Amino acid sequence: MRIPCPHCGLRIHDEFTYYGDASVRRPDATAPNAEAAFFDYVYIRENTFGRHQELWFHQGGCHEWLVVERDTRNHEITGARPAREVFAAAGDAQ
Amino acid sequence: MSSRLDQGGLIDRQQSFDFTFDGKSYRGHAGDTLASALLANDVRLVGRSFKYHRPRGILSAGSEEPNALVELRTGARREPNTRATVVELYDGLEATSQNRWPSLQFDVSAINGLLSPLFVAGFYYKTFMWPASFWEKVYEPLIRKAAGLGRAALDADPDHYEKSWTHCDVLVVGAGPAGLAAALSAARTGARVVLADEDFRFGGRALAENRTIDGRPASDWAAQAVAELRSMPEVQLLPRTTVFGAYDDGVYGAVERVNDHLPVPPQFEPRQRVWRIVARQCVLASGSIERPLVFGNNDLPGVMLAGAVRTYINRFAVTPGRQAVVFTDNDDGWTTASDLRAAGARVAAVVDSREPVVVADVARRFPGVEGVAGEVMGARGGRKVEAVEVMTRSGTQRRFDCDLVAMSGGWSPTLHLTSHRGHKPRWDEERAIFVPDRLPPGMTVAGAANGEMTLGEAILAGFRQGLAAATACGFSGAMPTLPRVSEESTRRVPLWKVSRGLGKCFVDFQNDVTASDIQLAEREGFRSVEHAKRYTTLGMATDQGKTSNVTGIALLAEQRSTTIAATGTTTFRPPYTPIAMGAMAGHHRGMDFRPTRYTPSHQWGTELGGKFKESGPWLRAEWFGRPGETDWFAPTCRETLAVRNAVGLCDVSTLGKIDVQGPDALAFIERLYANNFATLAVGRVRYGIMLREDGFMFDDGTAARLAENRYLITTTTAHAVQVYQHMHLCHQTLWPQLDVQFTSVTDQWAQFAVAGPRSRELLQRVLDPACDISNAAFPFMACGDVRLRNGEPARLFRISFSGELAYEIAVPGHRGDALIRNLHAAGQDLDAVPYGLEALNVLRVEKGHVVGSELNGQTTAYDLGFGKMISTKKDFVGAVMARRAHLLDPSRERLVGIKTVDRNARLAGGMHFVPQHAKASIENAQGHVTSVCYSPTLGQWIGIGLLTNGPERHGETVRVVDPLRGAETLVEVCSPVFIDPEGARLRG
Repeated sequence: MRIPCPHCGLRIHDEFTYYGDASVRRPDATAPNAEAAFFDYVYIRENTFGRHQELWFHQGGCHEWLVVERDTRNHEITGARPAREVFAAAGDAQ
Repeated sequence: MSSRLDQGGLIDRQQSFDFTFDGKSYRGHAGDTLASALLANDVRLVGRSFKYHRPRGILSAGSEEPNALVELRTGARREPNTRATVVELYDGLEATSQNRWPSLQFDVSAINGLLSPLFVAGFYYKTFMWPASFWEKVYEPLIRKAAGLGRAALDADPDHYEKSWTHCDVLVVGAGPAGLAAALSAARTGARVVLADEDFRFGGRALAENRTIDGRPASDWAAQAVAELRSMPEVQLLPRTTVFGAYDDGVYGAVERVNDHLPVPPQFEPRQRVWRIVARQCVLASGSIERPLVFGNNDLPGVMLAGAVRTYINRFAVTPGRQAVVFTDNDDGWTTASDLRAAGARVAAVVDSREPVVVADVARRFPGVEGVAGEVMGARGGRKVEAVEVMTRSGTQRRFDCDLVAMSGGWSPTLHLTSHRGHKPRWDEERAIFVPDRLPPGMTVAGAANGEMTLGEAILAGFRQGLAAATACGFSGAMPTLPRVSEESTRRVPLWKVSRGLGKCFVDFQNDVTASDIQLAEREGFRSVEHAKRYTTLGMATDQGKTSNVTGIALLAEQRSTTIAATGTTTFRPPYTPIAMGAMAGHHRGMDFRPTRYTPSHQWGTELGGKFKESGPWLRAEWFGRPGETDWFAPTCRETLAVRNAVGLCDVSTLGKIDVQGPDALAFIERLYANNFATLAVGRVRYGIMLREDGFMFDDGTAARLAENRYLITTTTAHAVQVYQHMHLCHQTLWPQLDVQFTSVTDQWAQFAVAGPRSRELLQRVLDPACDISNAAFPFMACGDVRLRNGEPARLFRISFSGELAYEIAVPGHRGDALIRNLHAAGQDLDAVPYGLEALNVLRVEKGHVVGSELNGQTTAYDLGFGKMISTKKDFVGAVMARRAHLLDPSRERLVGIKTVDRNARLAGGMHFVPQHAKASIENAQGHVTSVCYSPTLGQWIGIGLLTNGPERHGETVRVVDPLRGAETLVEVCSPVFIDPEGARLRG
């Protein structure tokens, strides 16, 4: 499996560290239901069968977190973007 | 007597090799395999079977071999289960038969054959069921002794293995006619081509068949193709290389047997090399494997695959028999008769199971050979075949004397690599073969592997697929001219099993699975192909059923009265053939398993008798032994007391150091740490704890405010990488808007603890006198830039892990060695001593400081006594989850100190707490001891641990038990801070 790092190019997955689902967003810690929301944020994950947005850290390269789209059925990777861009855009949307 | 032909073949008769098999000496030639050399010396019996210990010979001429498994070499290089058919002969080769006792000729366990009703399918689950107590003591040891393969070497492997990468446009797997053609047409476009073949000589069946291409021997055509490929700079040829797996994204695994054909690899060369080949396109030209026919005693030495017979004759110039019977269900088998006759052997009969078959054709093509329409019911013979019993179609039984049976049940495409990513092959009813169906992206299949069985079809397909693969990579070229090859027929009417077999009819030779085993499994309800496989063990031996799977599936389908298509296949998984563990490990073994990191003071520490051990990726000193100190205890106590009473020096460079800068640096670390940092002034250090988002402890360390917008934070040695990664995750995904930069500077700074009541005095001797480090100017938890007496810059932190007046001084990494020598020399009259991890541990246990044993991923800040530090005024990682009520329950296991009631008693880490008068049982367990030490200051063993309601139980006596080692003692629960609880010393 190879990951197209937007900074370093197409690199073998050995250089990366897997983290997990990139679709979850840290809840508002001051909200009244914060504990329940954080419980879901920390523990609850979909076991996606198909295309999955996930976080990988390029430990052996640029030290950037990436949002990688991977198909869990066949490991086909259809994209990788810098996490800081993805998450900044999501923050703006909120 | 020799079965070697006087001429022909692809062996070098000028170069003779001496070798031994079971201690007896033989001679072969360069170009031989062990199997061909054994056959040339008339050795037919080479092994005993797995279950019944039946005599076995050589079945095949390739990597599919299920029978001829031998131990190769001796001593530390002994290698079990090598297939004699692929072992390249070398001078001095030593091979031994396996799974026999006392000898290959006379094997006591052959009696298993007579007891065979006990060893039917699923016998593991039936025969040895009762009494239950017999399993471990009697049955299992017996089975393990009797059933078996070779013995692994007991010594460490003395050879080296390595791993390598290569990248190409087109990977061609297999260098038979199709593969050579594919490589040629791709390489001629200028594409970068890798051509790999498991054999030591390229050519595949072109070396094994008596065929011509453009009027010349097929092997000449192959040699010319190889020569052309070798001349092309973008072509990489990998002989002796098995492509064993197809992985995601065009990555292929291969193992190259670089020096297996030599007794000992040349100096600095690996024995084997594992390749990861990244290919934009792959042409799979892996050929096909012939299927045995299923008749009685089809496993006797002398019963051989027809194609293998031709290989031994044409490639190795060996006649595997003098009088042969050919048994076939297809046209291809017939060519064996002509090759045998050309080699001077007699062919007693060609038995063909098909209907109609023109028996008269046999006599016309092979004068003097009898054609029989019918089936071989069984072979007869003791340790080798002596005759076959044949039932003719008209119903008469005939016997033919012979010492060789060449059998052919047609050829199965070798399509394993097409299936490694989960695509199943498709059953082609008309040709009675599985063919590749859906393919992994970038892969095409050419030649016999794709069912294109004739030489002409294979070359055409190779040319086409090679060119197509290169074109897909953006190259262009012309289709090469097809060479002339003669017509051939591969017509076949499948015979899965003879209608009446005399004796055991084997399907899987290596695991001793017979046709009746498969039928029994089906009758007992193991109807799915995956279940039947596991129940009978069909295809589960080291050969993974290369010669048996398709026949087994066909028999299962027949028994179920369904089609082969509906029965399906079992799952193909890498590796295609077995790979040595050493090859998978490569250089990563022993101390080379991962890089070793040395601290800046390593050389100095070595000179002072440092005893080093691995601490994470680092080598750190445990203690520094002096003459007369024979174990860890004396130096540890001495070093500990030196810190308490004078001054000690310890390398702490391994702690993670991260430099954090930017306008939002404070905002960032406020969100990382659970405690408050807003009030930390420039020039001050604060202890900090980090939580995980689930509210549990993650790591602890210090943050030093070097400037308004600059902090240097430290992590534990163990978590340095994780903390750094975590910080990036937080910054890049949670708070990308924060204007902050940080980088790891762990390697850039050498840092030493200077600890003990005389530490200030020592430092004043090495620092520029202008640097005022008096208690007033540089109090506890101060930090700042200083200068050494020679003007070199350094950083000083007044922090203490030992509880004494202490400092940590840091200089650029390359000046670390000079500084530690400087400190040590300057402190001679102050009794400055180096101290190691053991003393460091005693000092911190005496102060109740936590490390990895306590930060075990299951403890909270509350558990470890940091509850009051947690800020309630800010959001930080873990803030919400740490507030969960059950994580603040006083009855959780929480940090306490313990000291033995009996001052002479010992403690051990991991001991369990139980109430003083309760039984030592799981139900009564109340936590465990996390860290212990002998405290030379207190003169007894002490420890810290996690105890239910711990802080509320100071003064109580409890038991600690170690059921594993049978130890227990009474301890008094106390504060985890044993020394100077007021902290007067470190502030002095």
